[in-house]
Amino acid sequence: MKLKDIDKKEYYQSAYGCAGCASVLAARLTVKALGRNSVYVVPANCISTVSCYYPQAPFFVPFTVMAFAATAAALSGISAGFKRRGREDIHVVGFSGYGGTADIGIQALSGAIDCGTKFIYICYDNEAYMNTGIQRSGLTPYGAATSTTPAPCFENRPKKDMLRIVAAHDIPYAATACTSYPLDYMEKVVKASKVNGPTYIHVLTPCPTGWGFAPDESIEIGRMAVESGVWKLMEFENGQFRTTYTPKRTRPVSEYLAAQTRFRHLSPEQIAAIQKEIDASRG
Amino acid sequence: MTARMPVKKYITANEAVAQAAKLARVDVVAAYPITPQTSIVEKIAQYIANGEMDADYLKVESEHSALTACMGARMAGVRAFTSTSSQGLEYMHEMLAYVAGGRYPLVLVNVCRSVALPWSIWGDQQDAIQQRDTGWIQIFTETGQEALDMVLQAYRIAEDHRVLLPVMVCLDAFIQSHTEELIEIPDQKTVDSFLPPYDAVVTLDVDNPYSISVGGFGRQYAHWRAEQQEATEKAQQIILEVGDEFARIFGRHYGGLIEQYRCDGAEALLVAMGACTGTARDVVDEMRDEGKVVGLVKVRAYRPFPVASLRKAISLAKAAAVLDRDCSWGYEGALATDLKGALYGLPNPPAVLNFIGGLGGADVPPERIKYMLEKALAAKRGDTPHLEFIDR
Repeated sequence: MKLKDIDKKEYYQSAYGCAGCASVLAARLTVKALGRNSVYVVPANCISTVSCYYPQAPFFVPFTVMAFAATAAALSGISAGFKRRGREDIHVVGFSGYGGTADIGIQALSGAIDCGTKFIYICYDNEAYMNTGIQRSGLTPYGAATSTTPAPCFENRPKKDMLRIVAAHDIPYAATACTSYPLDYMEKVVKASKVNGPTYIHVLTPCPTGWGFAPDESIEIGRMAVESGVWKLMEFENGQFRTTYTPKRTRPVSEYLAAQTRFRHLSPEQIAAIQKEIDASRG
Repeated sequence: MTARMPVKKYITANEAVAQAAKLARVDVVAAYPITPQTSIVEKIAQYIANGEMDADYLKVESEHSALTACMGARMAGVRAFTSTSSQGLEYMHEMLAYVAGGRYPLVLVNVCRSVALPWSIWGDQQDAIQQRDTGWIQIFTETGQEALDMVLQAYRIAEDHRVLLPVMVCLDAFIQSHTEELIEIPDQKTVDSFLPPYDAVVTLDVDNPYSISVGGFGRQYAHWRAEQQEATEKAQQIILEVGDEFARIFGRHYGGLIEQYRCDGAEALLVAMGACTGTARDVVDEMRDEGKVVGLVKVRAYRPFPVASLRKAISLAKAAAVLDRDCSWGYEGALATDLKGALYGLPNPPAVLNFIGGLGGADVPPERIKYMLEKALAAKRGDTPHLEFIDR
């Protein structure tokens, strides 16, 4: 995919997101990648909160609000319905947050992948329950302070590895991405749309409000996440994991952590421990 | 000619309901196993496997997902079916309210069973009653035949553009679900003439995109909820219309919202729902033979609650014995409370005696029903409310 190939039309606009919201950007990029022939299921999360109140309608494509735990099950039902009507060409897309995917919605997601219906499940990950006031979730990384894990009792468990969880279901296609690498993300969305079965994309979306950085730094923070090795851009296909992008330069995780207020309580020892883990994961 | 002939078979209510789902030409079935519902979806799976039925069966991981997937199928514009019981219905609770508020015309069969704790797989109606305020139309049936016939009618009622609400068809665990009776299975052509294909009002349509099932603030929210209430009340009329049309085509009529059995001049009435009304008919006959002027009011539509019909049916009696196979803990049986509400404002209304029985699969034998009616006969207007656990 080239920049010039990207649809100039906007299908998601005028949402009430915070300034610098990368989750809104992820929604916008998703609909751009898939175009008009797609329908969206959005459970309780930031995106529904900033998109769903009548008479507001930022989605220029069919959209419905879903119960928190129910996104993937709804995708299965919609997909089966379209199949019955001979409309398997329509992309059925779930756009769920962190908690709706990794916590309350993980059962339905597991069930729907197992069911084998055709859908694209996108988890946009801003690493805590942001629209309710920054509470920790299963995707909050080690070391982060949130309103339910205030420092010094910060989050002391690692982030759930959703890519490996869905891969363990033998899902036909899964990927990770980040809004700071829009072409990589959109290519993955398009690729998922061509798979005749369940697919999953996990996109990291930096959150100025919850992570504590300035709204104009959202793209830079995402790059720092990838360049420091905190987040990796990957694919899972045919039983194999693959890195889709290796940053040209790497940087120490301390730079990434120092750029956000949610990590400011960490001691040098704790930061060194995080660095050590990243180094180990690089092999 | 033979193609248009119904067949008669000895089958359970569960199998009858599976036949009804097939005859309704549902496109998507999503269900999760639970006793005593399971044989409904096993039968459906069998029909699909042997090519008798053309539908997609989604083997979901929970009842919450079963109902959600059915709602999803409706969003895509096709007909869907699910069934459950007890804990499964409880697990659906969030989505029950969601489906009703979203005005999705789904049909769900609930095989009424106790809820835990104490643990019990046996029958009562606590599960369905606990879903009373989720916004579903709830119809209680007495026999396998009525269950089959009501599933077909339920799609017509739900999908009527004046209604657009989900319908829960309730049948009693084991007494109906696992007991064979001679049931007439209508032929497909006649059912097709009664139940046309689903004509969806709003779907996820890429050619005509809408944001559907969205949020609303304050007065907007209240406006939608008021519309929901109006549609639910309106459904009383549609239930009657559809029941009459069904009777014209299939020759079976169940009385609409309530059925009155030998109520003429009755001094005492039994008011009840579900399979135990079958036993009650025999008891009423027997007592009438003894010269006791008693009758039965079978409540079929629990929501919308048939206030006007019940007022008319009961106002002349001295007392009503209400049998609840449920309890609103800390008060009384839910049907008794609702009936008292329906009688509100009548000058010198009949006494209402509430009997809670048949919980956790306890039988409701003729002598218990007789006991209730005798107590009602001994009561008089203006008596203080009576609440009794008959199986204790």
